[in-house]
Amino acid sequence: MKKQEYLKVVEECTAKDKKLINYVNSFTVGGLIGFLGEGIKMICTNYYHLPVSEAISYVLVILIFISCLCTGLGFFDDIVSKFRCGIVIPITGFAHSIMSSALDYKNDGLITGVGANFFRLAGSVLLYGIVSGFICAVIKVIINV
Amino acid sequence: MFNYKNVYIDDWYSIIGPKEKSDGNLKKYNLGLNDYYFNEKTFEKAEVKMQKFVLNHLKSSDIDVICASDLMDQMIVSNLMAEEENIPFLGVYNACASFAAGLISIANMIQAKEIKNGIYITSSHNLAAEKQFRFPVEYGAVKPVRSTFTATGAIGVKVTNKEGKIKVISATLGKVKDSFVKDAFNMGGVMAISAVDTFKEHLKRSHKSETDYDLILTGDLGACGSKIFKKVLEKEGYNLKNYMDAGENFYKTIDCSGASGPAALPLFLFDNVIYNKKYKKILLLATGSLHSPLLVNQKMSIPSVTHAVEIEVER
Repeated sequence: MKKQEYLKVVEECTAKDKKLINYVNSFTVGGLIGFLGEGIKMICTNYYHLPVSEAISYVLVILIFISCLCTGLGFFDDIVSKFRCGIVIPITGFAHSIMSSALDYKNDGLITGVGANFFRLAGSVLLYGIVSGFICAVIKVIINV
Repeated sequence: MFNYKNVYIDDWYSIIGPKEKSDGNLKKYNLGLNDYYFNEKTFEKAEVKMQKFVLNHLKSSDIDVICASDLMDQMIVSNLMAEEENIPFLGVYNACASFAAGLISIANMIQAKEIKNGIYITSSHNLAAEKQFRFPVEYGAVKPVRSTFTATGAIGVKVTNKEGKIKVISATLGKVKDSFVKDAFNMGGVMAISAVDTFKEHLKRSHKSETDYDLILTGDLGACGSKIFKKVLEKEGYNLKNYMDAGENFYKTIDCSGASGPAALPLFLFDNVIYNKKYKKILLLATGSLHSPLLVNQKMSIPSVTHAVEIEVER
């Protein structure tokens, strides 16, 4: 059987994901996390009278703590498989990726296990986040000159 | 193509994981685990313990060789299982096709009258394999419905030259085939092409037709892969009425294509199919996707291999 012919059969027979449901699902859950963050921010500014920039830091810290705790307690992966990208793309997913790598390698030693694999998934996010941040900063400087 | 005169499978012992236990399709398993740790500290140690457990149930003083396989790097699980055993050991790796590869190795030794009895053991552990091949376990990475789920379990068979319950009739070693598929989630698509090739090769060499078998059982093509297998063969004029895929029969409650791993085929065969009186002549097609994360990262297509073993169950 020829390559194209075989790949056509593969394409025809492969089960398709329900994309629309997944989109709606992710959009709603991602939005709810944003709503939660906004709520925490409002509590920080209204009740504790913090400036907005400081309140945002608190929001991030609280969300990261909640997701790491859920990962550690072992049920965050079930939530991820249900709500998919809605919960992976916000900062909750970033914290979760680091935490899950650390948990996976906890038996392989502190240096060779946890240390070496801590940023296994998050490493590329960090690297390209910093690189793109640098490029944006350079562009901003050039425009301002 | 190998023809065997006096090679039999006499005894077997199986351990299955918690998901497979709750699944209910493996009716006659010997031991079902309630968690993934099996009273050990790590998943890898649990898998070693599973293999050792199986070996201890099959071991007798007249075993000449142990042959084993698993999915972990450098076959560490099988190696640890065989240490301190004082029995010659052969490790075989053909990914999920390992069961047939190991069975053929022992059968050939028996046929050549070099040995009398051998044990073959294979295992896979879902969480240990996920950690190695894909994402960290707790990450709960999102998987598409076309993906397969690595089965947790270990199974051992005792192959002997004395008359036993199952006769091994013949076997065909498969060729490694390029599947042209680059999607690591679509293991069915990767393996179907080699399953088709080995199936046709075996029929040609044994001068049999597909209707001579009561059951043609593929390993872990899953729902998607078995559809591809059927479709390709039907296009070429084969009539597959008595066909079943072992992997497809697992995990009806999980959103996936079925079970994979070297243990999937033998678990389904020895814990379910063997007890069905309908099936006497069975053709096993152990499909193996020779997947490595390196292939995906360097954007190469994934090769696959399938070995065929023909067995006859004495009723």
